[in-house]
Amino acid sequence: MIYPLRLVASVGGAARLLAAKGYRFVLGAHQYGRLTKQTLVRFPLIVKNLNITISHMYTLGIESIPLVTMIALFLGSATVTQAVYQMSGMIPFRYLGALVCKTTVTELAPVITSMVFAGRVATGIAAEVACMKNSEQLDAMNVLRLDPIRYLIVPKTVACIVMLPVLVIWANLMAFTGAALTVALTVDVTMHTYLSGKKIFFDAIDVYVGVGKTAIFGAIVAITGAYFGFTAKGGAEGVGNATTKAVVVSAVLILVFDFVVAILVM
Amino acid sequence: MLLKIEHLRKHFGNQIVLHDVNLVINKGEVLCIIGQSGSGKTVLFRHIIGLMFPDGGRILLENEVISSPTTKPSDFNKVRKRFGILFQGAALFDSMNVGENLAFPLRELTNFTEKEINRKIGDSLEKVGLKEEFKTKMPSELSGGMRSRVGLARAIVMEPEIMLYDEPTSALDPIMTDKVNDLILSLRERLNMTSIVVTHDIGSAYKIADKMAMIHEGKIIFSGTPGEIRQSRNPYIQQFILGQRKRVYALDEAETYAGKVELGKLKPSTKTQPAVGSENLVNKKFEMPARKPPRLPTGGKGR
Repeated sequence: MIYPLRLVASVGGAARLLAAKGYRFVLGAHQYGRLTKQTLVRFPLIVKNLNITISHMYTLGIESIPLVTMIALFLGSATVTQAVYQMSGMIPFRYLGALVCKTTVTELAPVITSMVFAGRVATGIAAEVACMKNSEQLDAMNVLRLDPIRYLIVPKTVACIVMLPVLVIWANLMAFTGAALTVALTVDVTMHTYLSGKKIFFDAIDVYVGVGKTAIFGAIVAITGAYFGFTAKGGAEGVGNATTKAVVVSAVLILVFDFVVAILVM
Repeated sequence: MLLKIEHLRKHFGNQIVLHDVNLVINKGEVLCIIGQSGSGKTVLFRHIIGLMFPDGGRILLENEVISSPTTKPSDFNKVRKRFGILFQGAALFDSMNVGENLAFPLRELTNFTEKEINRKIGDSLEKVGLKEEFKTKMPSELSGGMRSRVGLARAIVMEPEIMLYDEPTSALDPIMTDKVNDLILSLRERLNMTSIVVTHDIGSAYKIADKMAMIHEGKIIFSGTPGEIRQSRNPYIQQFILGQRKRVYALDEAETYAGKVELGKLKPSTKTQPAVGSENLVNKKFEMPARKPPRLPTGGKGR
């Protein structure tokens, strides 16, 4: 008689746990949405503090160039190598350039660059905001009537929205360079075949969509970092948790929105 | 009467942090709120500056309600400029140097020219005893005392009427503590500021306070002058102001439960001195809850 009761109790306990987690998720999503709205509403105010935004463009964008360059060079090389391996004996190599170009421009360069950017920037924003919260700097801003969202988050979000597409354009160029070097040095395909193949199916809209969607990814990276910074609890452990969550959630949201954009554009 | 706190209540989950707090602060007065760590001082402080809002009760500034359960943070912004705050760790903005820390609110919230802002920064630094050369230093280059001074300079640069200090001397050495205390008094004299100081440093409180309020477990258990608190016959207040760990019992639970002391042979402390007016407590009979001896493994037949 006791076992059915235990079963009911454990099922009840699990349901309650699930409900609590669900409630926390919905609450978190609501807070995230509210932070996004508060950030977007304050966008026009950046005109008054353009210098802060420009300095963030440098630190978040320009300083990411070496990292993006490395990633993109190897991305192009790996794409060519894999494509050659998969196409051997099945698809003529004159389509190699088209395949590499399409995959790089539409998906690989935007998504991989955004992921790397999230790893560098979302964690940085989350850690900075969480540390400011721990050391009462956010309270000090509130007490001095200096809106933390306006002065901390909006400039970073605008900087990310502007600089991530720029980084993706650079990543496309570097990926093509890496691919061309690989074709020239390692793969048994002539450069003429590779380059002529690039032109076959080239469509400018792919570049526009690939680069354009990263503006949304930039906003995701900045706002996710800020959200987990603002909601961080505790000391060093809280900062660590905030940065981890920031990068994981940024990556998930980037892939989700990438899928949404792909559906819309198709 | 400048600031009045009426029946303030606050709880976090099941824990009641503030329980019917009532306080009155007059213009030009220095009020020290004292109490043990975890007694609710900081929560009360955060209510006064509008970083938290109560579950019950209200705070009035010149008879106008500024904080109640229905107040929104944006409503509090109207009166926020009347408050200046020195946080415990000064809360200077790490990414800015001293000058920028002071100039930030002036640039964003006032219409002063850069020349006027520079003059105000110089004046504020001078008031807290720092030279203008400090303007270019980063917060990380400053000592604890200097950080407190810069935090104070940033708070007074906006010329507030009411200054709040959150444990301003907790991380400072005795000499620097005295300097900060003098600074609080000089600001009161020079600018006629009303000051509310949250502290557990009883020496500082005696030096600077016109009035002291003691908070314990979320309740104000004393409100009066430093002289009156010294005369108080409340044993807990005496224990706190004399800085005694335990007035009646010489042994703490750790020793008792570690088995170093035989239960039943505990005696009242002879090390701690009795507080003035509460000697009778020392002779109070010591009572420990009855405790069963631990069950030891028999090592014999198992179940």
